[in-house]
Amino acid sequence: MSPRLMIHAVILGVFCLGFGIMLALTDMVTAKEIKLRAVEDTENSLAKVIPPGSYDNNLVAEAFKMKNAEGKEITVYRATKGGKVTGVAYQIHGSGYAGEMRLMLGVDPQGNILGVRVTAHKETPGLGDKIEEKKGPWITRFTGLSLGQPAVDKWKVKKDGGQFDQFAGATITPRGVVKAVRHGLEFFAAHKAELLEKH
Amino acid sequence: MATPSYSRIIKDGLWDNNGVLMMLLGMCPTMAMTTSATNGFGMGLATAVVMALSNLLVAMFRNYITQEVRIPVYILIVAAMVTLVDLTMNAWMHELYKVLGLFIPLIVSNCLPLARLEAFAAKEPVLPSLMDGIFMGLGFTLALTMIGAVREVVGAGTLFADASLLLGPAFKVIELRILPEDTGVLMMVLPPGGFLVAGLMVVFKRMMDLRAGKEISMGGAHCVG
Repeated sequence: MSPRLMIHAVILGVFCLGFGIMLALTDMVTAKEIKLRAVEDTENSLAKVIPPGSYDNNLVAEAFKMKNAEGKEITVYRATKGGKVTGVAYQIHGSGYAGEMRLMLGVDPQGNILGVRVTAHKETPGLGDKIEEKKGPWITRFTGLSLGQPAVDKWKVKKDGGQFDQFAGATITPRGVVKAVRHGLEFFAAHKAELLEKH
Repeated sequence: MATPSYSRIIKDGLWDNNGVLMMLLGMCPTMAMTTSATNGFGMGLATAVVMALSNLLVAMFRNYITQEVRIPVYILIVAAMVTLVDLTMNAWMHELYKVLGLFIPLIVSNCLPLARLEAFAAKEPVLPSLMDGIFMGLGFTLALTMIGAVREVVGAGTLFADASLLLGPAFKVIELRILPEDTGVLMMVLPPGGFLVAGLMVVFKRMMDLRAGKEISMGGAHCVG
């Protein structure tokens, strides 16, 4: 290797090493904080689907994993009060107009919905994003419903002969959400014992 | 070439040689992040921080960075600064991070910081380079906020919606509704609106410059390497 080439290699190497060390230090300083923030985010989204005050355990610390109908691993949060299960919350997935939508579903032990919230989506701003609580009350409509109320074949948007409103200009998004919630409730019905009993 | 004066650097950065409106650099974040004035403003500020830091570092090490390895070193520095800003914001400015987080890694692919390193920081002393980074960044912020404001008002009928999420609850007062709900032209918040408004802004700036009797010189005075 010629000395000139060597110098360039050394310069580049020194810069890589220097900035590598700097980033490693930054990561060390921030890692703990970032973890805390992630837990806070989860707690905030859980508070919307399991009424605060209805439980006295630490939801995040006692979370456990289960496999959903598609074989995907999901995290389940179980709320208990005085040792009695008062509700469960878990992530559900739906497909919208622009890819996957992620939602959090809270269900009480009888299978009634405590709350649904969208946690991540890529739907069109101004059309499909009305599924966000921030943009409209549509998503709160699910609270209190269950698989029999309305009947299973009515768990569709109105355009498909169901009970749920679509938005002007956006049918695919609410259709995806309704389907995801219905699948979520079916998951509850199929795994009720596992969800509600301590293991 | 003599180092330009600070007032020249400030004027160039903010308006005369504006990164977006004059040099047409950094168009990817410009299109993606100007769906609202608040988004544009936030993205602009994050970019300004990265530009100030990387300009500063490159100017500090400018005599050690050889011509042959300068591009990888610049990219390394920009990427390191972006990661630094990303981690720091996630840890200590989490609300802001939730709004902008997705777009911060995009700054690496923004060619405006890289262009300023090559055209300015690589040859000029530390302090002017820092100033250039700050004011080019603020000029970028200004352009993005302006484009965002137009798209937001025409597209959604609001101005500075969610500004309180970005700047704190005190800024709730600047969240305005200009047009009644559901009257916006949706296309303006979708990608075509970005191209239209950015294009019109460029025209608007050129017209102002012409009227002021300034010569239009593509690329601007000290951008030509």
